Amino acid sequence: MPLIDLKDIYKIYDMGAEKVHALNGVDLKLERGEYVAIMGSSGSGKSTLMNLLGCLDTPTSGSYHLNGVAVEELDDQQLAAIRNREIGFVFQTFNLLARTDALHNVELPLIYAGVGRADRRERARRALERVGLADRLHHQPNELSGGQRQRVAIARALVNDPSILLADEPTGNLDSATSVEILELFDDLHRAGNTVILVTHEPDIAQHAERQVQLKDGRVVADHPTVAAVHA
Amino acid sequence: MAFAEDTRLALTALAANKMRSLLTMLGIVIGVAAVVAVVSIVQGLELMITKELQGVGTTFIEVAPDLGPRRPAMAGRRVKLTWDDGKAIAEKVPGIRLITPVLQGRTTLKYGDRQHAPPALQGVNQDYPEVENHTVDRGRFFSRVDFENRRNVVVVGRRVVEELGLGAQPVGKEIYVGSYPATVVGVMEEKGQSLGRDLDDVAYVPFNIAVSLFGRDAGDAIQLDLQAASAAAVDRVRDGIEQVLRQRHRIPAGEANDFTIQVQDELLKTVGSILGNVTAVVIAVVGVALLVGGIGIMNIMLVSVTERTREIGLRKAVGARRQDVLSQFLIEAVTLSLAGGAIGLALGYGMGVAAAHLLPGWPPAHVPLWAVGVAFGFSALVGIFFGSYPAGKAARLDPIDALRYE
Repeated sequence: MPLIDLKDIYKIYDMGAEKVHALNGVDLKLERGEYVAIMGSSGSGKSTLMNLLGCLDTPTSGSYHLNGVAVEELDDQQLAAIRNREIGFVFQTFNLLARTDALHNVELPLIYAGVGRADRRERARRALERVGLADRLHHQPNELSGGQRQRVAIARALVNDPSILLADEPTGNLDSATSVEILELFDDLHRAGNTVILVTHEPDIAQHAERQVQLKDGRVVADHPTVAAVHA
Repeated sequence: MAFAEDTRLALTALAANKMRSLLTMLGIVIGVAAVVAVVSIVQGLELMITKELQGVGTTFIEVAPDLGPRRPAMAGRRVKLTWDDGKAIAEKVPGIRLITPVLQGRTTLKYGDRQHAPPALQGVNQDYPEVENHTVDRGRFFSRVDFENRRNVVVVGRRVVEELGLGAQPVGKEIYVGSYPATVVGVMEEKGQSLGRDLDDVAYVPFNIAVSLFGRDAGDAIQLDLQAASAAAVDRVRDGIEQVLRQRHRIPAGEANDFTIQVQDELLKTVGSILGNVTAVVIAVVGVALLVGGIGIMNIMLVSVTERTREIGLRKAVGARRQDVLSQFLIEAVTLSLAGGAIGLALGYGMGVAAAHLLPGWPPAHVPLWAVGVAFGFSALVGIFFGSYPAGKAARLDPIDALRYE
């Protein structure tokens, strides 16, 4: 059974006068442990696909099975629960809670998972160690560099052992040296057995993945293993 | 999410915006402070008045002419209550132990070159001290013999002694009561102050002297104070007095009395109902203050929800359900209003205590437990009521839109 199984997915936004077809019949299968880049220019439907994969939204039609669960049939409550358990989000803008130290930021998903306080603290500390921030547990976001903030966000995504790490332009707000560090972190996490989905419009970044899925006008136009690129 | 976690979160959020939180609470603080201050003062008053009334005993009865404006049938006729009525009552109504007329007026007392006009110069008879449960401290009260022989004697309160400079030996000194020379025969026991009134600033003369002082008309509308023989006899005595007076005043059947009879029980009730009304009015006013405070809280919570849209989106993305977000913001609102309530309670009690200290003779402030409960209960209700709309708004936010919000 694939980890992710999308069949004939349509997402249509009703904008009053016209209907916008953001996704036009997408089929996609992902296995556990894959490292996939979802690529496309803006307007390609890439964000919509990411929202669906992340269970933030449900498709207009088609079926989405995540870990065997039919996501399109879930209500709000169940979607929240599945996001909590199965998905680890990493955002372009980090989305850390201000005036809250790294440890508490990382704890957040565990709070909603109902994990007890001591256990929470311990797991958050381990997640931060894993991203190399063992010495920054009590720093607040404004005391951290951009790269460190994104590491905190990655630790938060990892802390509840999700099925998927879903990263939306994770290096979009970082300089190139820091970007490389963060991408290497994703590479490490993939090697350790995590399923990673990178959503990006930059081919350089997509090169880190093992498989590249190209979207255009709401359809998958290319889906192939990454060919080791020779940089000029 | 756990309640404790929400509360900690709320406190953190409120502490992050201290000034704003404080200003938001202000409406609640003022409302609760006002109600607690008033309740503490009113309760203190009630305690004191009750104690004072109970001092005269459960057999105390007071008869007064009804000068109220609610008696059109009697218009044109003068309402009277005289000592002759009193004597008739004493004669015809069984179960009365003591009765005294009380004629109150004002006149100047002189001693040497000093003079003083106590607010209360009362014409009474020899039974007054026992009827009112107010005894003489030095010397004696005037006697039946003084009374019947129209002797010019006067009994004064402590304050009068000081004002006139009667010195350490006031008994036996000759003073002027109006134009009458009179001998001071006694000094009343000290009573202190009550409601800003000095209970020791009084003088007593025999009733018939008072009539001479204030004129015959003054003796036509006096008050009669009685002690019934026993608490059990009070109701019978009251009915007897009513019968005698209606007959003497020739009040036709079906018409209202032109006098009022109050027993201590009723006095207590009257005082209680007046103070109750005061409290009710204040609470109504405070209700408005709490409403305004609640709207303030709602306003700030709406601002806060908008400011923290991305935070809400993030929380939802990592697994917060609607009710998690709802309870987070609701608890924040309730924490705000409860903190306001607590500050208001402390402030109100402080004001009550300050008022009690600053006003002479004012009773000590007293905050009953129910007032504390009401203060907190209402604060919490205001928080829940006015917090639920912003919290609901936060809970309903779409996570995708919220995450994208700039």
